[in-house]
Amino acid sequence: MAAAAPAVPLLRVDHVSKMFGGVRALDDVSFELREGEVHCLAGENGSGKSTLIKLISGVYRPEPGAAIRFGEREFSAVTPAIARELGVQVIWQDLALFSHLTVAENIAFEQNLGGRFRWVRRRNLREAARATLSRLGFAIDVERPLMELSIAQRQLVAIARALVADARIVFMDEPTASTTQAETRALFEVVRKLSADGIAVVFVSHRLAEVMAIAERVTVLRDGRQVGVFRADEMSPARLTELMTGRQFDESVHARDRSRAGIVLKAEALSRDGEYEDISFQLHAGEILGITGLLGAGRTELASTLFGLNRPDRGRFLLNGEECRFGSNRGAIDAGIAYVPEDRLTLGLVQAQSIADNTVMAAMDRIASTSGVIDGRRKSHLVGNWIGQLAIRVGEPDDPVRTLSGGNQQRVVLAKWLATEPKVLILDSPTVGVDVGARAGIFAIVRELAEAGIAIILISDEIPEVYQNADRVLHMRGGRLVDAYDPRSARIETIEAAVHG
Amino acid sequence: MGDLARFLPRTTESWLVLVLILVVGFLGLATNTFLMPANLVDLVNQSATNLIFAVGLLAVLIAGGIDISFAVAASVVQYIVVMAVLALGGGNWVVGLGLAGLCGFALGAINAALIYYFRIISIVVTIATFNVFFGFLMFVTRGVSIYDIPDWLYDRFNLVEHQTSSGAYIELTLPVVIMIVMVIATWVLLNTLTVGRQLFAMGDNPDGAKRVGINIAAIHFLAYGWLGICAGVGGLMQAHYVREVVPNALYGRELEVLAAVVLGGARLGGGRGTVFGTILGVALIAITQNGLNLLGVSPYAFQMVVGAVILFAITTSNLQTTGLFRRRSAA
Repeated sequence: MAAAAPAVPLLRVDHVSKMFGGVRALDDVSFELREGEVHCLAGENGSGKSTLIKLISGVYRPEPGAAIRFGEREFSAVTPAIARELGVQVIWQDLALFSHLTVAENIAFEQNLGGRFRWVRRRNLREAARATLSRLGFAIDVERPLMELSIAQRQLVAIARALVADARIVFMDEPTASTTQAETRALFEVVRKLSADGIAVVFVSHRLAEVMAIAERVTVLRDGRQVGVFRADEMSPARLTELMTGRQFDESVHARDRSRAGIVLKAEALSRDGEYEDISFQLHAGEILGITGLLGAGRTELASTLFGLNRPDRGRFLLNGEECRFGSNRGAIDAGIAYVPEDRLTLGLVQAQSIADNTVMAAMDRIASTSGVIDGRRKSHLVGNWIGQLAIRVGEPDDPVRTLSGGNQQRVVLAKWLATEPKVLILDSPTVGVDVGARAGIFAIVRELAEAGIAIILISDEIPEVYQNADRVLHMRGGRLVDAYDPRSARIETIEAAVHG
Repeated sequence: MGDLARFLPRTTESWLVLVLILVVGFLGLATNTFLMPANLVDLVNQSATNLIFAVGLLAVLIAGGIDISFAVAASVVQYIVVMAVLALGGGNWVVGLGLAGLCGFALGAINAALIYYFRIISIVVTIATFNVFFGFLMFVTRGVSIYDIPDWLYDRFNLVEHQTSSGAYIELTLPVVIMIVMVIATWVLLNTLTVGRQLFAMGDNPDGAKRVGINIAAIHFLAYGWLGICAGVGGLMQAHYVREVVPNALYGRELEVLAAVVLGGARLGGGRGTVFGTILGVALIAITQNGLNLLGVSPYAFQMVVGAVILFAITTSNLQTTGLFRRRSAA
């Protein structure tokens, strides 16, 4: 891998800073890319990764004093048009594709741009699309509408679009977030082809282990500053996490044996057509049961049923020995089941309302008098209690929730459900959008809750998360439970191979 | 079940054709007037204004917006054009159509500007401008109609005239010709011009459209401006057809047209819709109205059908776009 570095790098960025309001999002950062290099850009949320990409692709202007060099040409700032002309292409996580247009139109949409009235040249579109796809070694019918394609195929379409635009530098924002391991391997094959053609590829990823396998160098950002540039083969996930957060983390396994505690929740052959099939498990008091699997394995659907959002077609589940037939999630809440959804920003919190109001939202009957009027003293007591217990860092309980960081928002969602005093707490991907640093704090709380006797179902596609924190790990695939592991005896690699294989 | 499914239509358009055949067949049997050539020709002549409105609205729906104000905007244009040509001393079809298109575009541009520059959702903007336009019109005209319209607008201008053996006249009027022109123009705009593809792209994925380099402001003006032109031209055709300008004549037409366009497969939310489907949607709505008339059913039943079609379209397009459990990007 250690080819001799060319004298002039493809891209060299020096002294770039960016202020938003009074906040310094990026502070005197340098960044360098060589021709044909695969580079990883690592950092927590808010460390400045996307700000840096946006400065290089011309979406933002850096503060004065920056130097952005493309080969021999130097700029103090670039516009989107200049960046595109110089070959900078960004493949955003949402891919920015058009689902009702054909593959050909998506790939070669550039030909349709411009305000003048011109005819669409469909044959040119098709030919450009086919040529680019075959350069990547893929054959997709370019006449098909994009929405018929799988996520991985759409990703290829997005890459092909970048190539049509004569890309020399391709940024990929979280490209492996929703692909299987086989698809990830295919993606890396494509990246190697680009690299062989002299195109530099920059990965922004949170699946660090994967990216380490293909990247040559890693640039780490923390709090808007560059921590350093490192060779990927000298890096380990633990070391990288430490560089990104500036702290060391406990990576030990916390599993305990709770099989002698009473059974709180029992599922017997639960099925819901098209979602999950024949699901049976037992959940003990104080146990943390991890459920992992790929996106779309039916985990969230199963959680929705347990929380009364829909009903199973067959099978049943029992809470403390009593069969549950919830008419709605209100029934589940009253029975003592709480659910922290995956997408807390839209489902879990009312962003514009205060921290206090969000905290008591699901527990109104606990703070209301018999006539239904909210008792202010009871409310502030309840809010104060949970803010203290979960160590939520807030200015005032009356501040809107959107002023909080991701980690603190997640604690507010937890507080909201804990205020209902649940027996079973379902956490669906609790660390999505939460910094590596703040995750440890959330899991410490989760383990404390389990110690206090709450039975917890922890759903996550982050295998290390469930491996380190759950007492048992169930693997769900294609709507079925295919395996169960005990973290004290199973190796994490075994689980990862089973899930991503 | 599986065998039956193979014979069911796959696209919205083929569904509509099937339903149209069934409805026409039913009306042919249930009434003895529906299939008379005079009735069918009349239906086409009557539908010209609605179809011109509909193809304009199609462009807005594809671009991801909606417009409630175009029908009353058409009334405003009728007044402006007729008052202007009377003041200028007559005018002719060329001046009338040009002026109607221009005024319509200007009113559409007001909607586009409000939606784009103030980032207000289109339904709210156009409900507001609907009231502004209509209130303004009724206030200024005091609700008075114009019966003394210019001769060129008054006189029938038939391209085909044929007297049937029963003595009824079959005539294809100018509005039908203009309707065909506007339908073809919309098809050309949407399918063969690059700006038309940008219209689809913006309705499909607004963020993606911005990132790929589409001028979002220009496409807003194109979509609402095109509907404005169609509204102006369609309004002039309606004035010609009824030979008078009545301020509230088109009031309420917007929902009828909206129902026809969404029935034709245009997706509320943007990105999908065809001219052919729109034609079928307008035809189905017109035939339904005509059929209910011939069957002697109260016109309120038609209003009910229009409302139900819109509700149906909204619920089904919501089912497709529900993204409640979609993963939120974090970076």
